[in-house]
Amino acid sequence: MASSISRNNPQRPSEEFSPNIEQRETTGKIFEIIFLIGLSIGLVVLAVLVFDVLKDGLGRLFTPGFLTGTPSRFADQGGIRPAIFGSILLGGLVMLIAVPIGVGAALYLEEYAPKAWWTDVIEINVSNLAGVPSIVYGLLGLGVFNYLLNFGPALLSGALTLSLLSLPVIIVTGREAIRAVPDSIRQASYGLGTTKWQTVWNHVLPYAVPGIMTGVIISVSRAIGDAASLIVVGAVSFLTFNPGLFQRFMALPIQIYTYITRPEPGFSNAAAASIIVLLLLIMVLNGGAIYFRQRFSTFK
Amino acid sequence: MQNTNFSDEFNRESMRSLEKNASDDIQEKIIEALLFGCALISVFTTFGIVFIIFRVTFEFFQEVSLAQFFLDTKWTPLFAQKHFGIWPLINGTFLTTAIAMLVAIPLGLCSAIYLAEYASPKAAAILRPAVELLAGVPTVVYGYFALLFVTPVLRQFLPIEIFNALSAGLMMGIMISPTVGSISLDAIQSVPRSLREGAYAIGVTKLETIIKVVLPAALSGIAASIILGISRAVGETMTVLIAAGQEPRISLNPFQSVETMTAYMAQISGGDSPRGSANYNTLYAVGAVLFLLTLFLNVVSHWISNRYKEKYD
Repeated sequence: MASSISRNNPQRPSEEFSPNIEQRETTGKIFEIIFLIGLSIGLVVLAVLVFDVLKDGLGRLFTPGFLTGTPSRFADQGGIRPAIFGSILLGGLVMLIAVPIGVGAALYLEEYAPKAWWTDVIEINVSNLAGVPSIVYGLLGLGVFNYLLNFGPALLSGALTLSLLSLPVIIVTGREAIRAVPDSIRQASYGLGTTKWQTVWNHVLPYAVPGIMTGVIISVSRAIGDAASLIVVGAVSFLTFNPGLFQRFMALPIQIYTYITRPEPGFSNAAAASIIVLLLLIMVLNGGAIYFRQRFSTFK
Repeated sequence: MQNTNFSDEFNRESMRSLEKNASDDIQEKIIEALLFGCALISVFTTFGIVFIIFRVTFEFFQEVSLAQFFLDTKWTPLFAQKHFGIWPLINGTFLTTAIAMLVAIPLGLCSAIYLAEYASPKAAAILRPAVELLAGVPTVVYGYFALLFVTPVLRQFLPIEIFNALSAGLMMGIMISPTVGSISLDAIQSVPRSLREGAYAIGVTKLETIIKVVLPAALSGIAASIILGISRAVGETMTVLIAAGQEPRISLNPFQSVETMTAYMAQISGGDSPRGSANYNTLYAVGAVLFLLTLFLNVVSHWISNRYKEKYD
């Protein structure tokens, strides 16, 4: 092989091909390790972050009254009960509002929508909305719910804003789940003489539930963790009662942000303790959703 | 092969006639209309955003000229001596975004390459969700970590201010790396096997195949993921609000405190400027710039990834 190359290029005999496989494979091995390190850095940071938060916050978390008390201006006193209530209420409302609308929209786009230019417009619109920053949703909520509908900076405004924020993710993942339902299921249902909605409700939707749940977990976790839009809508940092639907409200991310910005030293521990609660809340939500997903996916 | 195509075609035809028979009912029509209403809400959301932001932005530009907004180099709407030059905020956004992408692009690409080409299916099934956990951590938590862990550690050997663009950018990069990674991973995985096999057949090593064949073939998907990552970084609020500070300035020094567009918006929302005043309306003017910028980036990203999808379909 090498000699034939040099015979064809008599002017440049020095350019003989040398495979040098060993060295190339070694370079390959080195890069494999580099890629693995690149993948691991994020995980290492996450581990350090969790460790740091636990180290700073566990002590404060177990001080009496932290989970059951209302905020105090002293770093080592008071609790975050209004913020926990606020976050649970917000998360619950987002599920009640965004999930039915999101799944409805996904069903329409997958099962009903005719092929027309305006269906494309809705589709492009949904994917663009998924990329709109959360703080811009805050402006929308401030304008529509606070002022136009006159709810003011109330929990309901926050919940509706977070619902709009969550919708695109629910629609996109919902559509994927619905698209994955095999046509044979629909045909079998029609074969029994059902109406379109009966087919969708009794067969397509239950089959798609596991996939839909994934979108619901992602979007509701994001909504519970979101602070930027709630700052704009007008969440408060100090509340001595559990927020109601039409009252001013707190949420865990807002409480954490407030604690971080207080200069006195002990508040960072309170922030860390609140972060533990927020992360636990998100984990419980994920766990619940995974449980439902398992239950519903039995007939797959 | 032909057989399945034929039966697919047949299925679709028969489905359509089945649906027609099944949906000939008033109740069915009402349900369809309701579902259509759900889908329309997304369109109303967009109209709402555009209407609300640009109405007030228009008001703002009645008081403050476009020249003041785009040509001035100082941003001091809350001071007695008011300046409305947007550039310091854009500078802050650009600086933190650039640092974030310097972290997110290599980390995202490394994890995408490792998961697609090296990891066993079992390992990938564990590693991929683990990496994606990073995107699920609330951003206020990254802000906490940047300000109270990363900055103190960096201060031991770098002359950085307490609030600085570097820590905020680093954490934002970690947070965004799964976005870059998962879209790049999809792009790499949709590169046909035959291309890799062709490369192996002429005696090329695995790494060379990846660098010279797989990555170029997946380039448009990778580019789309990077642009989407930039858009995320531009719109991210809590990390930069907490860790990068609130000092609008024109400087590329990552050790200093800067203010991003989003951090300014959060700052003015939490403040007590009266509604309708010029300095309150800056919230919407900055929001309009942010919205247009991220919209532009999202559209470009979407356009690039659509082009690449057509290639292998």
